[in-house]
Amino acid sequence: MGLSLPLGLQFLQMFLVLAAAPLLTGFVRLAKARLQRRAGPPLLQVYRDLAKLIAKDAVVATEASWLFRVAPYLIFAVTWIAASLVPTFETGLLFSRSGDLIVIAALLGSARFFQMLAALDVGTPFGGLGASREAMFASLAEPAMLMIVFAVALVAGSSQLTVISTFMHSGSTGLRLSMGLALVALVMVAIVETGRLPVDNPATHLELTMVHEAMVLEYSARHLALIDLAHALKLLLYVSLIACIFVPLGIASSGDRPGPLLFGVAAYFGKLALAAVLLAIFETTIAKMRVFRVPNFVGAALMLGLLGTLLLFLSATL
Amino acid sequence: MTSVILFCALAWSLLGGFGALRGRTPDARPLVYGASFIVAAIASGAAILQLAFGATPGTAVVLPLGLPHLGMNFQMTGLSAAFLIITDVGAATASLYAVGYGRGEREAWRVLPFFPLFIAAMNMVLIAADAYDFLIFWELMSLSSWALVVAHHEDEEARASGVVYLVMASSGTLALLLAFGLLAGVHGQYDFASIRAAHPGSWVGAVVMLLALFGAGSKAGLVPLHIWLPRAHPAAPSHVSALMSGVMTKVAVYAFVLIVFDFLGKPAWWWGLIVLIMGGITAVLGVLYALMEHDLKRLLAYHTVENIGIIFIGLGLALAFRAERLDVCAALALAAAVFHAFNHSLFKNLLFLGSGAVLARTGERDMERLGGLLRRMPQTGLLFLIGSVAISGLPPLNGFASEWMLFQAILLSPRLSAWSLKLAVPSVGAMLALAAALSAACFVKVFGITFLGRPRSPAASAATETDAFSRAGMIGLAALCVVVGLAPGMVIDLFAPVTRSLLGARLPAGHGMSWLTVVPVSLSRSSYNPLSIFALIAAGAGFAAVILHRYGSRIICRAPPWGCGYASPEDATAASPPLSTQYSASGFAQPIRRVFGSFVFNARDQVTMPMPGGVGPAHLISALIDPVWQCCYAPLLVLVGWAADRMNRLQFLTIRRYLTIVFITLVVLLVWVAPWG
Amino acid sequence: MMVTLVNSIFGPNGALSLAHALSGALVLVSFMMLYQDRLSAVINVLALHSAVLGLAVAWQAWIQAEPQLYITAVIALGFKAIIIPLALHRIVRRLNIHREVEAAVGIGLTMLAGMGLVALSLVVMLHTAAHSAVLAREDVALALATILLGMLMMIARRNAVSQIAGFMSLENGLILAAAGAEGMPLVVEISVTFSIVIAFIVIGVFLFRIRERFDTIDSTALDAFRGELQ
Repeated sequence: MGLSLPLGLQFLQMFLVLAAAPLLTGFVRLAKARLQRRAGPPLLQVYRDLAKLIAKDAVVATEASWLFRVAPYLIFAVTWIAASLVPTFETGLLFSRSGDLIVIAALLGSARFFQMLAALDVGTPFGGLGASREAMFASLAEPAMLMIVFAVALVAGSSQLTVISTFMHSGSTGLRLSMGLALVALVMVAIVETGRLPVDNPATHLELTMVHEAMVLEYSARHLALIDLAHALKLLLYVSLIACIFVPLGIASSGDRPGPLLFGVAAYFGKLALAAVLLAIFETTIAKMRVFRVPNFVGAALMLGLLGTLLLFLSATL
Repeated sequence: MTSVILFCALAWSLLGGFGALRGRTPDARPLVYGASFIVAAIASGAAILQLAFGATPGTAVVLPLGLPHLGMNFQMTGLSAAFLIITDVGAATASLYAVGYGRGEREAWRVLPFFPLFIAAMNMVLIAADAYDFLIFWELMSLSSWALVVAHHEDEEARASGVVYLVMASSGTLALLLAFGLLAGVHGQYDFASIRAAHPGSWVGAVVMLLALFGAGSKAGLVPLHIWLPRAHPAAPSHVSALMSGVMTKVAVYAFVLIVFDFLGKPAWWWGLIVLIMGGITAVLGVLYALMEHDLKRLLAYHTVENIGIIFIGLGLALAFRAERLDVCAALALAAAVFHAFNHSLFKNLLFLGSGAVLARTGERDMERLGGLLRRMPQTGLLFLIGSVAISGLPPLNGFASEWMLFQAILLSPRLSAWSLKLAVPSVGAMLALAAALSAACFVKVFGITFLGRPRSPAASAATETDAFSRAGMIGLAALCVVVGLAPGMVIDLFAPVTRSLLGARLPAGHGMSWLTVVPVSLSRSSYNPLSIFALIAAGAGFAAVILHRYGSRIICRAPPWGCGYASPEDATAASPPLSTQYSASGFAQPIRRVFGSFVFNARDQVTMPMPGGVGPAHLISALIDPVWQCCYAPLLVLVGWAADRMNRLQFLTIRRYLTIVFITLVVLLVWVAPWG
Repeated sequence: MMVTLVNSIFGPNGALSLAHALSGALVLVSFMMLYQDRLSAVINVLALHSAVLGLAVAWQAWIQAEPQLYITAVIALGFKAIIIPLALHRIVRRLNIHREVEAAVGIGLTMLAGMGLVALSLVVMLHTAAHSAVLAREDVALALATILLGMLMMIARRNAVSQIAGFMSLENGLILAAAGAEGMPLVVEISVTFSIVIAFIVIGVFLFRIRERFDTIDSTALDAFRGELQ
């Protein structure tokens, strides 16, 4: 067997997340539309949009530097690599030794860094507006994410995601308050990071309310396609992350035979669909909050994550 | 190798003398800086060789100078070799940069004598092996850097900074003097070997630790002792700012590690707690100050405060682990701290040199009047971008590697048993994470406002690329940032003698490829392999580019962006500042100012809008209060003023009364000494 | 039977672990209450708080085999999770203050303080009562944390309705502690419940009175009468 099978599985995983990401976004859109009694776009519309964008000629602002054109490739590649380091259907990923959960969180930080720079590069007010708001959200969401990582890593005794996932799958943790806190905090962080509804409206183009859309406003064609794809990958990444830490049900382990592997893939898509439906229901029932209420929201996630970590420092069973 | 450093120091002193005598001749500047570069390269080579292949500690050298019975002792230990590398790599690149940069410097001859002297003093502090030498060269380092700060003494601000710096530096030296006084060997010897042999009691140890924290902390810029740093560092010429921020603060870290880890034995549990909390507060406050600041160089100086906080968090953790005899964990924390010190010296030097290039080509330090420089200074811009990514702690560059190790050390700390530490460590961990996230926001502001977008002043739109020597210095540093970031294990292995000699433990070597993968504890716990991450990212980006260009459109059209109806300010050449809808630095920081600043700095924004229909500009006044100045220094100043008023009468006594005072003092001291006679 | 089932799902000691998790959930819901700044949301979270308490007490009744605890659970579920919240909603609607946002202290700061309180109660309990079992001590610590968070809620809000919510969550913490300590007499429980009812009625009447007099239910308005706020 040697290295070829793990390598094959790792590449399978990389292309699986790449192919599944637009599907997830499309499914969320469809589910939301159905909840609002609209027909909604077809499931594959996101792929069609991407294909159309790729075929178009790009328009770039006159004063934009090379950074503006390079950034989409970097953002896409970094997000893609981060997403493929998260176990989806099996835990034994070849590249898992390359980086742990902290590295994954930091990779997303790198992607955001370039996203914000690209937004400032055009020199329009919208880019600055989006970037400065994103900077404020990130300054709280990133520490919150790290606190969650701490809580999870302290329980599992490792910050390596494959080890964490295997540990959680073994079920020896029981019910723990710190894990509950970490889960709530992680969901809140995921909402902020993926720009979903109470924080940012993925469907808006109203100047005063948008954050992510304001940053990518000047992008077009293939650059926009890459950024959209990266955004879809980010949503997929957070769903996979929550699934592999808190719902490791059905995930296959490294040396498994094809049977469990296939079951792992099926379980993974089941989880994606469930997450999409839950997200759609959540977004349908909630209204967007004011920009300056978001710090309270993310701050609460930070506090919950910190409380979870603190509990683990203080007690053996919480 | 110790003697090589001594010869290098001598060479620098001679260069300083040459600069003083012949500084005004046109050839002096490139000669002094060029020679200084060569000497620094030799010195750093010697330190690397010593650390990699030589025995540490190296052979001691005693010069028949200085105090009788003591001489001047010099020795290169593992710790000093590591910090010599930090110092001399910084010195070499700053010198190389200065060969070109000094050309634009007004009255460069004022800098020439002191620049080599400053480097020599720092080197001598690091190899000093007795308290007397250490303090002499420490003071020489302070004074020569003071002379560099006030090089532009016709500038009111520089003079004021010089005074503040002098006061803080001398009080720091006083604290170190007292610390060394308490540390003297059994028979009052002051060479480091005797100091190491004498184990001070727990109370003396605690006092020495606090004195060292004050003395070294004031030099390094720990909050609340940082007050001089953002004033003094930017006032000096940029290559000196780089040395002060990137290197001199590390010499202070060296002093702290030397005294607390090397001289004092087993620490008490609360030492780590104090250092940790001070480090955490320093990190967060430092970056918040930096976010509120729009002067490029002062912002960088504030950011040094933040990084010093990060280093001290590592040192505090190492102390806490050591107090509980968890030597492997302590080694991880200390290695992370020293590694971060090295990394910070690299990217902070790079950023200061970059800001110097911007300053030289535009004459502006105010970010609000810069912009669009990436198109005008492409190479400086790229190098500055590398520095910004590194300092923001983003993978795969070097800043992330050391912060990652620090996070791993925090993950080991539930093993600590003291309650207060159990409460403090997670909180400090959160502060560290907050500081890291805020510094990314800060450098988006720095790079985005300075180098991206459209120019905000005619000076910025007329900027051109800087000269080749300056670029060479920056390229060296940027290359090191990338290489160290991709193969952090290399540097960690190189610095292994530090933890081995101080703690008797080191990080576990990876499985044969330790320079590639960082493994803090064990492979199943965590590992980080930046090279493979980088390769994957490069492959991913390349894959996307190939696919898109093969199957999609490759055409790019240029068009002006929609600016909400405002005309592009490109044509308005005379207008200054040009009417613009671009975001400004203070606009970018506004949300963060509102969220954090209103709490920490009591920040208040006051907006005056024109009447509806009016065409006048709106005004935004944002007021900040510096909490540290308000709480610590303002009362101190009042106290000093009051005391000075009281003591003023001493100035108008008769000679007889002065003699009486002297006489009484003498008698009181004799009476005090009598019982111990 | 059910205990073995739970044990088989959550591993050995699962029954206790579930009790533990429910106490933990109560603390979590207390935090949710601290985070809310609209009155109707506060009342909803209060209902959730009481419902979690009801579950926790019912589970204690099952594992301790103490039927009288079921009465407590029913009181918590029926009375405090349904009737009082409904009544409060009615009051809030009648006073037309259901959209009001009134926090005396910022939410971030409140949560930070709340976190400190949880850590404090853990440290106190784990440090002082070193002789009893870890799990029991942590249960008491969680109950103490709930009580402290309730107090914090009362301090951090100006609005009398939020203060009632804080008070009731505090009381929930007390009941949690009592239910965990095996053998709490029913009489005590009933008297506590009655005191709540009395308090609720008094405060309810009081609210309308303040409203009539001062056109607001901001309790700082009362301070003017004591000469504290001129």
